[in-house]
Amino acid sequence: MIAESLSKRFGDFTAVDQLSLRIGRGEVMGFIGPNGAGKSTTIRMLCGLIPPSGGRATVAGFDVGRESQRVREHIGYMSQKFSLYSDLTVGENLRFFAGIYRVPTKELGPRMRYAVSMAGLEGQQDTLVGTLAGGWKQRLALGCAILHRPPVLFLDEPTSGVEPEARRRFWDLIHDLAAEGVTTLVSTHYMDEAEYCNRIALIDRGRLVAIGSPGELRERGLGGALYELACRPLGAAVEALQGQSGVLEAAIFGDRMHVVADPAMLGLPALVERLRAGGIEVDAAGPAPPSLEDVFVHLVARGRDRRITS
Amino acid sequence: MNLRRLSAMVYKEGLQILRDPRSLAIALVMPLMQMALLGYGVSLDIKHVPICVYDQEMSQLSRSITQRFDAAGWFSTVRTLGSQSELSRAMDGGTCIAAVVVPVDFSRRLAATGSAPLQAVFDATDVNTSNIAQGYLLGVLADVNARIAADYRDAHGLRSASLGQVDLQASTWFNETLDSRNFIIPGVVAVILALIGAQLTSLTVSREWERGTMEQLISTPVTALEVMLGKLIPYFAVGMVDAGVCLALAVYWFDVPFRGALSTLAVATALFSLVILGIGYLISVRFRSQLAASQIALLVTLMPTTLLSGYTFPIDQMPRPIQLATLVVYPRYFITILRGIFLKGSTLADLWQPMLGLVAFAAAIVWLAAIAFRKWLD
Repeated sequence: MIAESLSKRFGDFTAVDQLSLRIGRGEVMGFIGPNGAGKSTTIRMLCGLIPPSGGRATVAGFDVGRESQRVREHIGYMSQKFSLYSDLTVGENLRFFAGIYRVPTKELGPRMRYAVSMAGLEGQQDTLVGTLAGGWKQRLALGCAILHRPPVLFLDEPTSGVEPEARRRFWDLIHDLAAEGVTTLVSTHYMDEAEYCNRIALIDRGRLVAIGSPGELRERGLGGALYELACRPLGAAVEALQGQSGVLEAAIFGDRMHVVADPAMLGLPALVERLRAGGIEVDAAGPAPPSLEDVFVHLVARGRDRRITS
Repeated sequence: MNLRRLSAMVYKEGLQILRDPRSLAIALVMPLMQMALLGYGVSLDIKHVPICVYDQEMSQLSRSITQRFDAAGWFSTVRTLGSQSELSRAMDGGTCIAAVVVPVDFSRRLAATGSAPLQAVFDATDVNTSNIAQGYLLGVLADVNARIAADYRDAHGLRSASLGQVDLQASTWFNETLDSRNFIIPGVVAVILALIGAQLTSLTVSREWERGTMEQLISTPVTALEVMLGKLIPYFAVGMVDAGVCLALAVYWFDVPFRGALSTLAVATALFSLVILGIGYLISVRFRSQLAASQIALLVTLMPTTLLSGYTFPIDQMPRPIQLATLVVYPRYFITILRGIFLKGSTLADLWQPMLGLVAFAAAIVWLAAIAFRKWLD
């Protein structure tokens, strides 16, 4: 899946701004960003649901603008809002989508059984979909989206409103599919889910802010080393460090202070030294592993500052 | 176009019709209710028009005339009056729609001059009824005249030929009993199809938008043509079943004569159903809310069918500009065909003009419907 300078404008509003992205076969790419960042719009363009205003993209080798019909034959899509037919049963929904995707008749039985067992809905073929609980609905929707064995899967916030246990099971399914070579782009606003992805694309206001594996983003995302210090008084310590050379960021984090520093200019011992020289008591200090949430908040804030100054 | 995808659409749409009690009720119960309501409720006939008689003469002749009014069944004499002021009160109070006054010198003038006037007063508040009552009254009097002439000939020993009497023998074709029900009921079939057909399809696409299932549907390889046909085919079947029920009711319950070929009727009904269902679908594609879609559907299908199609108001009596406007009122073609087949036994050859009109409309609507639905979200 390749996107090059993909853009979407609605009137004056630019929802997606020159987004470029490559996802390899069998890769699970996470799509992370605040609400309204352009995640859904990008996914819809990649599915051929809305035409791009600029740039181009190919999915499974087909151009999303010119060959949207071919694209649709090679993708599975789950929209943000639950969109199976509530007035049809589990089996009827599966049969309908199998027909729409032209699943070969002789494979119909096994594939439907697979989808039903994947969703954990054995023996519930005749249950109306509208009466199912959230987690089952989502797994069934995934089951319907992969009946035709699409090489590419687009999942737009598939787990929103689903309880944690069910979310966990859902991600296991995604990894099972990836192991079979299915390429997946999945958007989410749950930070813990970002950890399950092979790579993460962070977007904000229609632009790609950062891309990399969760490990890479944690390492490089803050642009420096993260230190956690227990010191008193906390407020004075933060003030003493802000704006100092080598200090990228200093902030209160619970009962401690988090400092992001350029390790080439300011190591941990030098940092502690500088605080003590300023009359601040340092009880404990050490490197801290940044959470992805730290990284995202930092990157989004930095991206916005840059855009304001530029 | 792929048959596998089309049959999946038909399968899904058919199931949804069966699962939706409201649609099902509209489809099955409404025609029966409508048929009963329109079949019994709408009648353009006037029977037993209440009249008053003010016989100033009270002769044998005048009495034989006034008795005739009741005999035909068109009028019923509700009161005999004794004065002019009583007549005014009866008319004012709505006791009668017409009053007949026999002047005091009626027999004498008739004997002396060979003719004598009768006065008839009509309440023209309802112009239609009073016109029809006038027609009936003239009919009765023509009969009276003929009797008087015959009596005169007998009395003077003349043979009728020598008097050169013209005997008018009116004969009514196609609707021998002059029953307006025979005229109305075939049209009811059109009204019912118009009413429920567009109502049902107007909801199908907007419902998918409202429930969010449209986004999923668009993401699949299904084509716009398959969506349209998949949605129209099940409703077409419903429409044809409804039409069959209505036609059976018309013939076997309301005893409307059926003189044409069932096949011609089936073709015309199929074409009309296509037009109606297609219009509903077009509206549904255009309006993404179910409420708006069903309101608009009522406006563009039922209104022209009841008002401008000749269903109740004859087209040749409309003002010229409106007559021209009815050329685009598609139900008029179907209603013309229905009446032709039912009452006249018209064949396809007789009905080629309105049939062509229906074909043109069906082709245009289906073409529009096929291109209307674009597989994009915005």
